[in-house]
Amino acid sequence: MKQKTQVDDIDRSLYDFRFEENEGDFLDSGITPEIINEISDEKNDPDWMRQHRLRCLEVYRRTPMVSWGASVEGLDIDNIVTYIRPKTRMNTDWESVPDNIKETFERLGIPQAERESLAGVGAQYDSELVYHNVRKEVAESGVVYTDLEGAMHDPRYAEIIRSHFMKLVPPTDHKFAALHGAVWSGGSFVYVPKNVHLEIPLQSYFRLNAKGAGQFEHTLIILEENSYLHFIEGCSAPKYYEAGLHAGCVELYVGKGAALRYSTIENWSKNMYNLNTKRAIVQENGRIEWVSGSFGSHVSYLYPMSILNGRGASAEFTGITFAGEGQDLDTGAKIVHNAPDTSSYMNTKSISKSGGKSTFRSAVQVNENACGSKSSVSCESLMLDNISRSDTVPVIDVKTDKCDVGHEAKIGRISNEAIFYLTSRGLTEEEARAMIVRGFADNVSKELPLEYAVEMNNLIKLEMHGSIG
Amino acid sequence: MSELLKTDKLTVCAEGKELLHEASLTVGEGETHVLMGPNGAGKSTLGCTVMGSPEYSITGGRIFFDGEDITEETADKRARRGIFLSFQNPVEIPGITLSEFLRNAAEQLTGRRIKLFEHKKELAKAMAVLDMDPSYGDRELNVGFSGGEKKKAEILQLLMLKPRLAILDETDSGLDVDAVKTVSKGIEEYRRSVSGSLLIITHNAKILEELNVDKTHILSGGRIVREGSGALAAEVLESGFEKYIDGV
Repeated sequence: MKQKTQVDDIDRSLYDFRFEENEGDFLDSGITPEIINEISDEKNDPDWMRQHRLRCLEVYRRTPMVSWGASVEGLDIDNIVTYIRPKTRMNTDWESVPDNIKETFERLGIPQAERESLAGVGAQYDSELVYHNVRKEVAESGVVYTDLEGAMHDPRYAEIIRSHFMKLVPPTDHKFAALHGAVWSGGSFVYVPKNVHLEIPLQSYFRLNAKGAGQFEHTLIILEENSYLHFIEGCSAPKYYEAGLHAGCVELYVGKGAALRYSTIENWSKNMYNLNTKRAIVQENGRIEWVSGSFGSHVSYLYPMSILNGRGASAEFTGITFAGEGQDLDTGAKIVHNAPDTSSYMNTKSISKSGGKSTFRSAVQVNENACGSKSSVSCESLMLDNISRSDTVPVIDVKTDKCDVGHEAKIGRISNEAIFYLTSRGLTEEEARAMIVRGFADNVSKELPLEYAVEMNNLIKLEMHGSIG
Repeated sequence: MSELLKTDKLTVCAEGKELLHEASLTVGEGETHVLMGPNGAGKSTLGCTVMGSPEYSITGGRIFFDGEDITEETADKRARRGIFLSFQNPVEIPGITLSEFLRNAAEQLTGRRIKLFEHKKELAKAMAVLDMDPSYGDRELNVGFSGGEKKKAEILQLLMLKPRLAILDETDSGLDVDAVKTVSKGIEEYRRSVSGSLLIITHNAKILEELNVDKTHILSGGRIVREGSGALAAEVLESGFEKYIDGV
């Protein structure tokens, strides 16, 4: 008895609702110096930022399109609308956020989440932040959590932003980093002073509502010595016929002895191009922990990078990717060991189904000065049918022999024996498959913030629903 | 007693080979039966086919449970009717704890939600019967379990899921004396508390001593070659299969 695999599209109604976008001001589509100047005018950029944008545009123009990995041919980049201002200004009072935007976020669980378990929340709608708020006691401890643009104009933060902005991810990194530098808009600035431990997380939520548009938010986080922060980022968008683009940038500066946990759950609609750049630099005895769940988007390029730049610095990357029909998710992580006694651990799972393709790229670089360093990479893939695909591409570049580097990869399918075993205990085949997938993802979902872990299990259930015939 | 399981001239193939030929047997409600036979006789095939394994195709005959024809039913439906098979080599399921799995399965079987508290209490009770450390409940299902632990975990499932018919496929093989005793204790507890029927596939005299066997079936070359009372099982264990097989 051969079982057929017939997969329904999942119910994305939670994410797919949308409002007509004629409410915001659109700039013309395309990427020209005129558009860039218009964005700069609109934002009243300081002069250095205007120059930075124009320089990025030049870099963008002379940098060739990426030629490896998932295809970005379906992306008509010259016709992406790079800037849409929602018809509201930044609010710190939820009641002042316009109703339709408020409804969007409330349906996505914000700000309920804030009331329950967060120290602060930021919400971006299309190109601009529409809401930002921090608990009073958090603000009093000296923690800054605000919109990046506002902070840039604030004399208290202007200099620190100028000296850190796109210094970790220079525009010359790749074409989309340059694009981001030219048209970036929105995003958050977080500053945690020395010795401050923020026990409850901060969260930013990004929502792209307009069609054929791009979202280019910039997140800049600076942790001073011996501080701690957990930052959570969530993304979603409704599905339109025209493809959307997300080319955000995240720069994380982790000071001596500080620890930053950065959790992301990404559930863009399945025609989004998610070309995101994330990078952290970690000083002596500092620590970066990435937790990353990639479920949405049509094409993803996402490889958070950690530079371990001080003795004893460490990085941990925990990730899960779920590629369904029509998805090509190219994800991974990169670690650079650039100081002695640094350590890194990567643990990832990828699931592909209904013709979905997932590629996991790990890159570990151990420099000459990184003696006594340790690195361990473990990636597991599960393919749920014969038409899906899973690739693992490890790159290990070691320049010293005084280190310990390990890599382990496993690719598998759900065995008929396992299905028979579970169904013989009363589970339907669908439930049996969902249970196996849930178990497979377990040690990653455990790392996610609770409400995201629940969301991930729901997504798995939704994705698995109707997966047998 | 009324018939619970009946295989009627069951012929089964896998990969183009006939593994069972017109095998008929009947297990009555509350009875304990033993199925014996040399290696490769088709004992596991019979157990798996009754459970509904898709690896085997039924090319002739029917299977009835409680008077209903279940020949075409999937394993999960049979499980919900009350059939249980303990596996010789249960599959490892990473990331799912034994406790979580059992609660899930029990909910599927009974069709009602089981409170966590209620479930934990029941689980602790069943574990105590089997001298299992409560920490097993939090271990991933069969992952890294030794042979003996896997067998115990299967009997634990039997106690928790309370089927009407339990097919035990060499649950006692490869176990030391103490472990066999524990398994026997579990089977005894199942009989006492659930009064279910048993079809036990075994080579082990020890386990039979403890049980009151109603009927013995001897399978050879895919055919039922001999049936008899409980005493037959003991006889076979003493003198071997040969004389029963030669008679065919």
